[in-house]
Amino acid sequence: MARRREKLPPDRSKALVAMTVNGERVEAPFEPHKTMLEVLREDLALTGTKHGCELGECGTCAVLLDGKPVLSCLVLGLECEGRSVETVEGMAGPEGLHPLQKAFADLGAAQCGYCTPGFLLTAKALLEENPRPTLPEIRQALAGNLCRCTGYVKIFEAVELAAAWLRGEAAEPRKESLYGYDFDESGLLPSHPGPVGAVLAAAREAAVDEGGDKPRPYRAKAR
Amino acid sequence: MKPFTLVRPTSLAEAARLSAASDAEIKAGGVDLVDRMKEGIDSPKTVVSIVEIAGYDRIEPGPPARLGALATLARIADDAGLRKAYPALADAAAGAATPQIRHMATLGGNLCQRPRCWYYRLEEFECRKKGGDDCFARDGENRFHAVFDTDLTCCCVHPSATGTALLAYGASLDVVGPKGKRTLPIDRFFHRPVKDPTRENTLTAGEIVAGVAIPAPAAGSRSAYRKLKEKESFDWPLVETCVAFTLSGGTVRGARVVFGSVAPTPYRSMAAERALEGGTPSDALAKKAAEAAIAEAKPLSQNAYKVTLAKVELERALRQAWA
Repeated sequence: MARRREKLPPDRSKALVAMTVNGERVEAPFEPHKTMLEVLREDLALTGTKHGCELGECGTCAVLLDGKPVLSCLVLGLECEGRSVETVEGMAGPEGLHPLQKAFADLGAAQCGYCTPGFLLTAKALLEENPRPTLPEIRQALAGNLCRCTGYVKIFEAVELAAAWLRGEAAEPRKESLYGYDFDESGLLPSHPGPVGAVLAAAREAAVDEGGDKPRPYRAKAR
Repeated sequence: MKPFTLVRPTSLAEAARLSAASDAEIKAGGVDLVDRMKEGIDSPKTVVSIVEIAGYDRIEPGPPARLGALATLARIADDAGLRKAYPALADAAAGAATPQIRHMATLGGNLCQRPRCWYYRLEEFECRKKGGDDCFARDGENRFHAVFDTDLTCCCVHPSATGTALLAYGASLDVVGPKGKRTLPIDRFFHRPVKDPTRENTLTAGEIVAGVAIPAPAAGSRSAYRKLKEKESFDWPLVETCVAFTLSGGTVRGARVVFGSVAPTPYRSMAAERALEGGTPSDALAKKAAEAAIAEAKPLSQNAYKVTLAKVELERALRQAWA
């Protein structure tokens, strides 16, 4: 038979810290030397916040502390006592995804997705302070978040789109991105070959021309 | 990061007493200290957190300005009054680190942070700053290291952007220690590693920077701060340049010229200041001052380029300030 909880010996290695996490008041028990990142992931099972460089250089662990974006890898959990922490898990509401999340998904602003929670929260803080940011303001606000996949353009576009939605404007994803693809009404890439496909097709044709009547695997010519 | 005990005193005097122990470290925003603890180059048994102590995060732009040491870089960067009276300080704070870090990092922490020399930051290198016998940067990978004061015991560069600006403005620091309070002019705050490379400032055990006072600029005062970095979004500086002077009857008076990230301390160029004194703003005067400044440079094997950057940046900062 399971012992009643209050009969268990108190775990003296842990501190019990009251804080608000994603709007929910919690008393979290954790080892007192832990960073907020470790508390969120290991003690509160909120693994949406990611471990990146652990040294304050990449921004992927960004959370909102009392509404301001900070790096949870450098914040001590104990110092969040009585404060409000928001993580990516708290962004979606009863109506579904936060407009930033929807815009990131619609525009393909996430590839591997590891940096995305940090971008979303940092962008959320920006839009709460400045509902109509210019592109340079978006770039500046997100300057501390590294993304190694997207090249940032779609991220900036997604923040602009979400900002428009949050202002109540009926904005739609751009039909054309920087890279020159034509988007169909769904906002998805069309099925016909875009520039990359065209380049590859042309290369295959060239290989056929050189090699006679049988297609063969394309090899880049040495220049 | 090794386990430690976090203590959270409610007054700076108590914090000073607690942190005087050799195995204790002061923590404000934690950006630098938590980094060092994770990197294994510091493992204090006790971390004395001062960040929640009330009353030290004020910003009174004045002029003269009084800033609490716990004011964050983000608030210093955004304060309209400070930006008007001390634009170089606002720009230095705004250009440091990343937006998230500026919400955490404090003025006191920015002044007292340890250098970013990669040999110092790697646990494996027992460099002089950590009590060892060698400066590995002197003959090693030194492209981001000092170009001035390189004949001392350590050739790291001081990382404080606000220190560069505050030295140009002639600020003074309010210091609280186990034996009471004192005022420390910033000219005597930074420690040149002539003999002892293990510290970067002249604070004694348990002493804590409580605040900063910046004198009111004289009529006709001008100042500018510039930061040159490799990467546009955020980066440590290659060279920082800060100038402050007054324009009186069309001539430059009382110039203070400070470079950051070029020496183990924010580096005041008296030679450039002498070259500027009494001069009339012109491209020729900027060039003369910049040439005087770099005449003192002694670059290491990989960083002569920083001398050129310092020269060009000082000319730009002067033109920016008197434009």
